[in-house]
Amino acid sequence: MTTAPAGAPQRREAGPQPTGPPPSRARRPMTAERRANRAGLAFVSPTFLVVFVVVVLPILWTVLLAFQDARLVDIQGMGLFGNWSLDNFAQVFDSAGFWSSLTTTLLYTAGATLGSVALGLVAALALRRPFRGRGLLRAAMLLPYVAPVVAVAFTWQVALSPQYGVVNDWGRRLFGWDDPIAFLSARSYEVHLVGVHFDIPLALLTVIAFECWRYFPFAFLFLLARLQAVPDGLEEAALVDGATVSQRFRHILLPQLMPVIALLCVLRFIMTFNKFDDVYLLTGGGAGTDVAAVRVYDFLTARYDVGAAAAQSLVLAVSLVILLGLYFRFFGARVQEES
Amino acid sequence: MTRKAALTRARFEEQLFGVLRRLVIAFLAVITLLPFFSMLLLSVKPIDALLLDPGSLWVSAGDFTLSTYRDVLRSTDDGGQGFLRFLLNSALVSLGTVALTLLAAVPGAYAVSRLTFFGHRQVSALFLAVYLFPATLLAVPLFVIFARLGLSSSLIGLAVVYVAQTVPVSVYMLKNYLVTIPRSVEEAAALDGCSRLQTVRKVILPLALPSLMATGLYVFMIAWNEFLFALLFLAADPDKWTVSLGLAQLSGGIEVPKTVLMAGSVVLTIPVVLLFFAAERLLTEGLTSGADKS
Repeated sequence: MTTAPAGAPQRREAGPQPTGPPPSRARRPMTAERRANRAGLAFVSPTFLVVFVVVVLPILWTVLLAFQDARLVDIQGMGLFGNWSLDNFAQVFDSAGFWSSLTTTLLYTAGATLGSVALGLVAALALRRPFRGRGLLRAAMLLPYVAPVVAVAFTWQVALSPQYGVVNDWGRRLFGWDDPIAFLSARSYEVHLVGVHFDIPLALLTVIAFECWRYFPFAFLFLLARLQAVPDGLEEAALVDGATVSQRFRHILLPQLMPVIALLCVLRFIMTFNKFDDVYLLTGGGAGTDVAAVRVYDFLTARYDVGAAAAQSLVLAVSLVILLGLYFRFFGARVQEES
Repeated sequence: MTRKAALTRARFEEQLFGVLRRLVIAFLAVITLLPFFSMLLLSVKPIDALLLDPGSLWVSAGDFTLSTYRDVLRSTDDGGQGFLRFLLNSALVSLGTVALTLLAAVPGAYAVSRLTFFGHRQVSALFLAVYLFPATLLAVPLFVIFARLGLSSSLIGLAVVYVAQTVPVSVYMLKNYLVTIPRSVEEAAALDGCSRLQTVRKVILPLALPSLMATGLYVFMIAWNEFLFALLFLAADPDKWTVSLGLAQLSGGIEVPKTVLMAGSVVLTIPVVLLFFAAERLLTEGLTSGADKS
């Protein structure tokens, strides 16, 4: 048996096969690539079916719902089509706080993405060379990522509490804070720094910090794996040439890591943009942390307005696609080249 | 720059980054371990001790108590919070999700990694495009469909939703591993007269066991930790709550002391952390395989 060489021409030939009539077996035996094509379709169809039924169909239905006037109570008896209207979108765009919520979501997503990838990079660089207890620390560092979000969110909530939180207690002891700081319920906090007063969105920053803390292990894992695959010879050559630590990082390691960093940023951006539980559990979406996913949940549960919830999440998905489209238009070609 | 200056700069940087590295390592150890330590610590304290001295980082022998755990684990009939029941629910849902997800993902991953078929590129892209849509987008229609099928507030319905969430990433992880198994192994099996299905079952699956376990573990973690869908589907029926949901509902209760809440957090965290430490290497390699080759 010969292995069919993989290549575009073969695929094109194999293309129309599945839709055509069954080949008459008497004439000639199937070629290897036709067999592979059939086997491939046979193997992929169960997986495809599952994804189609539980993911694609619901998404399509949400798109329909977004253009319909639908409440949870009457959706049971409702047909799939009918009641077309654009009211949901009008409601979404007109409703108070839509644009500010979108801004919050963007700030939150960008901050958490950059923060977690940067922290992950620093961690990967620090743990690159062996030291005593490295294996243990490496495993421990994955804890925030693997631990259940509900548990860690409550731990943060208790630790940051103004009444019985360990952070505020130590803050008063060590830094002489006059009043306890309500990290999770203060929309803005006045900071005095060298005579300058300005407000920072404290709750939002805390939520971003939580997100960085929870997801830096993810970036760390991937970056460490990539770092350890960088051939030693590259760095040794630079060392012989007299490159310093920072120069070696800038000119040797960073270019090697760049594709992974770009990929991580995209992945984290997508995941954080749609994130619901972290913010919901920490602040409930109050104090200037009303990210869009929490708003969708509110539409759904507080007002039982399925149509508006669907429209809102559709707007979210579309803005995400637009952002990603922009990203790949400007940076995608380069990243693809490098990988 | 003279050679001497260059040397001093190199040495200076060497020392600076040496110190920074130690600081970073210490910092990372503190931020990852301290929260979990404080979770554990508060769970064995009486609430009065916490209120009296919130800053203390230790528990005195006289204060040490396990009554918080008794409270959390005892069934609601005995005045507890019924977490044993929630643990059972969570285990059922998570294990069911793992089994169903692997069953659904293995054939697809094999096809995508091995066989050149019509549309194989589009299919792998489609599997990942799923994550572009917020989970909340899926929640609405699934909720309605399950209500019609009588599956709402049932653990089976929840497991099906989790399968939807985990199949795409499982296909991706398994595929990354399967492409590293040499084709010649399969050809040898084919020469020995194995059909494609036999080859997969008798040759590929045993070889892919590490990846299957890593993927299964990852899926288990996702299912065990999930919160949104459990909240949407099961909130009305306390008998069906998972541990995550039970804990979140517990925090809403006013009379529940924070120390009991922390005990619940520990109960929720321990199974998944134990499992993770038992198979840490397996999981990290399963997740990142392919990443070091990009």
